[in-house]
Amino acid sequence: MNLAAQLPVLPVVIPLVTAPIAMLLPNGRAPWAFATIVSWLTFAACAFLLQAVLGAGVISYELGDWRPPLGIEYRIDLANALVLFLVSGIAAVVFPFAYRSVQLEIDARQTSFFYCALLICLTGLLGVTITGDAFNVFVFLEISSLATYALVAMGARRDRRALTAAFNYLIMGTIGASFFVIGVGLLYQATGTLNMVDMHDKLVGQSSRVIDAGFAFIVVGIGLKLAMFPMHLWLPGAYTYAPSAVSAFLAATATKVAVYVMIRFIDTVFGFQFEFLGAAFTWVFLPLGLAGMFIASLVAVFQDDIKRMLAYSSVGQIGYMLLGLSFGTVEGLTASLVHIFNHALMKGALFMAVACVVLRAGSHSVKAFAGLAKRMPFTTWAFIISGMSLIGVPLTVGFISKWYLLQASFAAGHWYAGFLIVASSLIAVLYVGRIVELMLLREPAEDGPYAIPAKDAPLSMLIPMWFLVLANIYFGLHTELTGGIASRAAEALMFMAGGAS
Amino acid sequence: MQHLILKVTTKILFAPIIVFALYVQFHGDYGPGGGFQAGVIFAVAFILHAFCFGLEQTRKVIPLKALIIAMVVGVMFYAGTGVATMLLGGNFLGYDQIAPESTHHAGQHYGIILVEWGVGVAVASTMMTIFYLFTGREPDIDQEDW
Amino acid sequence: MESWTEFVIARYNYWIVIILMMIGLYTVFARGNLVKKIVGLNIFQTSIFIFYITIGKVAGGTAPIYIGDELYHGDDHGGGHGDDYDKGADKAADKVADNVASGAEDHVGEAGASLHSKIENDLGVNDLKAAANELKLGEGAIAGEGGHDAASLHAAPDGAAKIANEQLMDAGKPAKDAIELTVDAAHAAAEATAYHSEVLYTNPLPHVLILTAIVVGVAGTAVGLALAVRIREAYGTIEEDELVAMDNVAEFGDAANATGARA
Repeated sequence: MNLAAQLPVLPVVIPLVTAPIAMLLPNGRAPWAFATIVSWLTFAACAFLLQAVLGAGVISYELGDWRPPLGIEYRIDLANALVLFLVSGIAAVVFPFAYRSVQLEIDARQTSFFYCALLICLTGLLGVTITGDAFNVFVFLEISSLATYALVAMGARRDRRALTAAFNYLIMGTIGASFFVIGVGLLYQATGTLNMVDMHDKLVGQSSRVIDAGFAFIVVGIGLKLAMFPMHLWLPGAYTYAPSAVSAFLAATATKVAVYVMIRFIDTVFGFQFEFLGAAFTWVFLPLGLAGMFIASLVAVFQDDIKRMLAYSSVGQIGYMLLGLSFGTVEGLTASLVHIFNHALMKGALFMAVACVVLRAGSHSVKAFAGLAKRMPFTTWAFIISGMSLIGVPLTVGFISKWYLLQASFAAGHWYAGFLIVASSLIAVLYVGRIVELMLLREPAEDGPYAIPAKDAPLSMLIPMWFLVLANIYFGLHTELTGGIASRAAEALMFMAGGAS
Repeated sequence: MQHLILKVTTKILFAPIIVFALYVQFHGDYGPGGGFQAGVIFAVAFILHAFCFGLEQTRKVIPLKALIIAMVVGVMFYAGTGVATMLLGGNFLGYDQIAPESTHHAGQHYGIILVEWGVGVAVASTMMTIFYLFTGREPDIDQEDW
Repeated sequence: MESWTEFVIARYNYWIVIILMMIGLYTVFARGNLVKKIVGLNIFQTSIFIFYITIGKVAGGTAPIYIGDELYHGDDHGGGHGDDYDKGADKAADKVADNVASGAEDHVGEAGASLHSKIENDLGVNDLKAAANELKLGEGAIAGEGGHDAASLHAAPDGAAKIANEQLMDAGKPAKDAIELTVDAAHAAAEATAYHSEVLYTNPLPHVLILTAIVVGVAGTAVGLALAVRIREAYGTIEEDELVAMDNVAEFGDAANATGARA
């Protein structure tokens, strides 16, 4: 076997082959250890892949030796290499973190199923990112989504509302995926191909209502999956009642991958020759992105449940990504890609901090956070630093995202958007500051349901969490990895899309 | 001795259904059929058995544990074929590597037969598992369980 | 010109897709019962399956199941399948000969090309091109000789073609109604091509795609029903209104629910 030649398929094959094995392992520690090692192997494969793409440019892999456009092609350029690196990296951090949290929150009889589902979910997310075939996107999207529904429902041991949340997620997610399939079908009708690049070649110069309808279906379908503002209603429930480790993993990966798919379809498949796109940018993505930034962030301020607050904040942050995309410029796309990466780092760390509190306090209500600094200092400071990153304080990744976004909005002539970005960051100050005030200045409850023992989270949780927190600072100081790769990726995408570059 | 007719009919039909499933399975690489259909037909035989003789009897024939192992084996058959072709020097699921000297792509035949077997085993066991879990579900579970 | 009814009836499969899709979506949104929601979801997905099957349809094509070599000789119109040839020529003659004068050649070419692009997966490119060419010759002959003696086609296509070409040159501009019947001509030509190239399959790819989507849909249904069962166990109901009310009690306490009920 030529390992280098097979590298592009490994991120999908490794978790796919190992997921069923995890199901056979006895409940307890074994499936966790197994899944953790698998996640590290996958991360190594993705890191090598990113390196290879940086050196050699676009890598194409013919699945089953069938030549594209007939066969399924795995096509890795900088944009999806970056997202692959991110998703597998988050998995490599969350999987080791999960052990204690899962031990508490999941029925012991279900642990091997849990890690199996987690690996399948990872397979699906990586597959969506890596593939260059439009229908293959749907298949992997559903593989990851079905695993996600099961994972969310496993939170039912602590709170039965996880079941209804998972059910709502299933209905919305299936409708979204079905809309996406209709869109792909319409595009297939217009082009006779499913390969994304080939589709783009055949769509250039065509304009018909079939393609317009296909575009609309795809945007709505993926919009549901990525929780675009008015279609976000499944997200808060799912993230709130899912097991804490699952919330951390999903918040950092699932919606990001969906945003990537949106970018891929808009820039690679449709491209700027597509007349409808300008109107969609001006009348759909820009206003909905802005609305999400404000309305969802405002809703977040009034939440009494930390996980729900962070979930609404996620909807708001997705607004930033859509805003960057809607500018239709290299700078805007760079900002979107950078924010995909950075938001995953901060939301991952924040949800992990909440998982630590749930482990000790048994609750993710705001009340459990009162006086947390005196009880769990390491967890508290992890929350504060990643919270500052969420606001966009300098020296953190959040600042880098906002900086790129501001630059892009001024460069694109949307100066008002720049002010709105700053204004919505102030709302983030409100909802993060409220929790920080609680943690630092209040006295902890001595007794009652929210009393916490003065004992920080175990090391197996603190180390991965602080790893992500430090990544928040590291990538805030060294932007050449994220910003550099993202801008090169954005240029390549825009070049393909035929936009100004 | 209720439902005597149904039980006798099931006994008569059981074997032909399985034979038909195997026919669809083996026919699947060059004709209509294949693992999905064969797996479902195969599972139908056992579901029919459970309808007429009760789930407990069927569980004695194929216990749930065996089905879970069969699911894993099915998926591993599929993925393992892909990995095997990778080890032989081709791409994932590059069936030609199984019989590289063949002038008429015999490897494609071998490969699809192997993969269809995996699909068949996985689908049949999954269908039966779903049936077992839905029908055999205890209506009342521990308060502590959720 | 197509009348309004033709517009509706000719696209009946698309109307079925749209109606089913709307029924499904309405059921998902309007029904409070979780199982009914899943039923609605399945109806919605069924509409997509029908849509994909519609995409895969090739005029005159049979199910994409390989029929085998015994019917297929490939290279030319030898003696083995004169019947098929006659049938094809007759069909083409009925629809085409009277209406299509010199315009036919182009349209047949187009039909062949679009057909080719649709089914390049399962039929060799060359076979089809050859078939299209033969068809051109055949139609030329029909136009040339009055168009009803299909047997003569079979006998001497080459000679007929020469005559046809000369006549085509002379024919000048095609008649207006010839243009209007272009679509019919193309269909007829496609059907003739179908008979001509022995076996014409519908496009198998959408069928494969829809098989995958069906499997995904079944998996989604299974997960959804499993969740409904668990919800039934945990809440004692699968009616959404009651579930929401119970969740509100859990979130805000009984008092909030009571005021909510009064309001």
